[in-house]
Amino acid sequence: MARKASIWILDGNRAAAQGVKLSRVQVIAAYPITPQSPVTEKLSEFVEGKELDAQYIAVESEHSALAVCTSASMVGARTFTATSSHGLAYMHEMLHWAAGARLPLVLACVNRAIGAPWNVLNDQQDSISQRDTGWIQIYARNNQEIIDSIIQAYKIAESIYVPVMVCYDGYVLSHTEMPVDVPAQEDVDRFLPPYKPHTILDPANPKNYNLVTLANPRVNAEGVLCHGYMELRYLLQEALQNSRETITTVGREFGELFGRSYANMFWENRLDDADVVIVAMGSLAMEAMVAADILREAGHKVGVLGLRVFRPFPKADVAKALKKSRLVVVFDKNISYGLEGATCSEIKSALYGNSVRAVIRNFIVGLGGRDVKARELVDAVNKSLLSLKEGDLNEEYPEWICAI
Amino acid sequence: MGTRDCRHICGESSPAVGEAGKTGEWRDSFPVIDPEKCLLVRQNKPSCFLCWLYCPDAVISKTIPIQINMEYCKGCGICAQICPAHAITMVREEGLCLDETG
Amino acid sequence: MQDYYEIRWHGRGGQGAITAAKILAQAAYLEGYQGVTAAPSFGAERRGAPVSASTRIATQTIMVVSQVETPNVVVVLDHTLLKYDEVTSGLVRGGWLIVNSWRHPKELALGGDFNIATADATRVCSSLGLIVAGLTVVNTAILGAFIRATEAVSMASIEKAIRERFSNSEVDINLAAITQTYEITKLEKIK
Repeated sequence: MARKASIWILDGNRAAAQGVKLSRVQVIAAYPITPQSPVTEKLSEFVEGKELDAQYIAVESEHSALAVCTSASMVGARTFTATSSHGLAYMHEMLHWAAGARLPLVLACVNRAIGAPWNVLNDQQDSISQRDTGWIQIYARNNQEIIDSIIQAYKIAESIYVPVMVCYDGYVLSHTEMPVDVPAQEDVDRFLPPYKPHTILDPANPKNYNLVTLANPRVNAEGVLCHGYMELRYLLQEALQNSRETITTVGREFGELFGRSYANMFWENRLDDADVVIVAMGSLAMEAMVAADILREAGHKVGVLGLRVFRPFPKADVAKALKKSRLVVVFDKNISYGLEGATCSEIKSALYGNSVRAVIRNFIVGLGGRDVKARELVDAVNKSLLSLKEGDLNEEYPEWICAI
Repeated sequence: MGTRDCRHICGESSPAVGEAGKTGEWRDSFPVIDPEKCLLVRQNKPSCFLCWLYCPDAVISKTIPIQINMEYCKGCGICAQICPAHAITMVREEGLCLDETG
Repeated sequence: MQDYYEIRWHGRGGQGAITAAKILAQAAYLEGYQGVTAAPSFGAERRGAPVSASTRIATQTIMVVSQVETPNVVVVLDHTLLKYDEVTSGLVRGGWLIVNSWRHPKELALGGDFNIATADATRVCSSLGLIVAGLTVVNTAILGAFIRATEAVSMASIEKAIRERFSNSEVDINLAAITQTYEITKLEKIK
């Protein structure tokens, strides 16, 4: 167990900044955007006040912010950036680049809706829209999980050379204060070893990284058969496929040292006897537990599956956890237009071929900061139970909890 | 045989002779130097070296006189173009040329 | 000690409603409550515009992340805001409405089924010179009225929170404002 820890009352952004500081990040490049700005402000204060021995590089855009982190990571620095919404969208090209170059960056995405129309409030469309860039995505339910996830993110990323995005809900967490156990620096130092880059730039042994790589493998000047583009892409997929082991091991080690275990890819709440399961991601998973309390009082056996790691998606674990359920109600703070909420699609995909017979219902909630109340989740579950009773088993598209 | 043995996890190469293949095979004409005209030879001190600087395949040595590695010279003719003393001329490759086969 | 408080703060941008919400959360944690949260109303705040904030205080860890709908305490930093219905909206029966006003609670004639406390925090702050950028800052002072009415946290915990949040030069004046406002708070309980 950790020797020293202290409880601070922190909002999510300050929790994130503390996590970055404790991880002894060496290069920070970020561009301010609501609701992420206080993270960058706090970090620049740390650097200015010499509390954190890092270079803070002010840039003119998010694209440049991630380009700076990419370059700094290549030459061996531990880096951090944070953004939201349009800022993350603007980073899109560099997100692909960082993952393809296998650089262990850590990025905090303070989840915010994307325009048009303009909106600065919370939903998860921004990070969900980046799910295919090859980054690991971890979602925090509360501010404790923000600081803990950032520290773990470095260990995960640097073990397998895959970048990690730590996502947390704008305002709902970023601007809401709550008690946070801030680990002691010496304990974090024991947990997180220094970064060892796989790309060493050395004038005595010059290298060319991420060069033009053709479709087919080729033999280099030393006669070694080198990857073509597709082999490198396969390796990235393989790294994410195999990352479950690393993520859960790092989470377990974290628990042993700090008393808060992250040994599972998702949070389980009363799934043991549940035949109705609510699925939600981020802070919504907290509200879902309140909804489950209400439904339990009404006599329903309801549990909550709070998604934590969205990429890699824990298909097998999810299928096992939902084995006994007859109804799964998935709430999404995002929408894959023309289909359904992204987490609902993933849940369905996880159950395919696993002989889970649950009916799956999807509700789109909380877009652009629309408040999602426990009673609304309760209503949605009750409505789903009713349609189940009436034998109405399949809905092609999700239902929206809005005023249309 | 797979590519795992290269042990790279991202695109990677080291600068090396022949990293782009045997580019000498691309050549349809080759550079010929007239030392009488070359400024380096005439002054006998490191001076011009524009051919060395401009060669896209780095096959020209920084020596007096220059040496051209014909295994990798692709015959592009840039050295002939850039030479201020017109000391380099491009000469058609003989051997496997059209009039022999046709 | 009541198990659970949902407090909603109403003020104008610049009056410090959000800071007050945070100080109270911190004081409550120091008091021994396990669950505390403090949040602004989400979005852009502008000086002078009506703003709100919330504090939740509980003996257990707080799971609710949605906004407060049915507060059991509403604190109003500027009594001119009482003209807006949303200020008292959802205030539960038997809850507290705490208003920065020179009037007696009876004079507010709100007629709801909740208790009312009033204190002229503005006068306390102007006489102490608790003025920032031209505005009398009543956000800490009103905490005195909050303690007096609800007894949810002790003066000692508030003092600790103030000492953690403020620089040494600011502590005394803020503590004086809280104590003086506590003294002059008038309470009117429903039967």
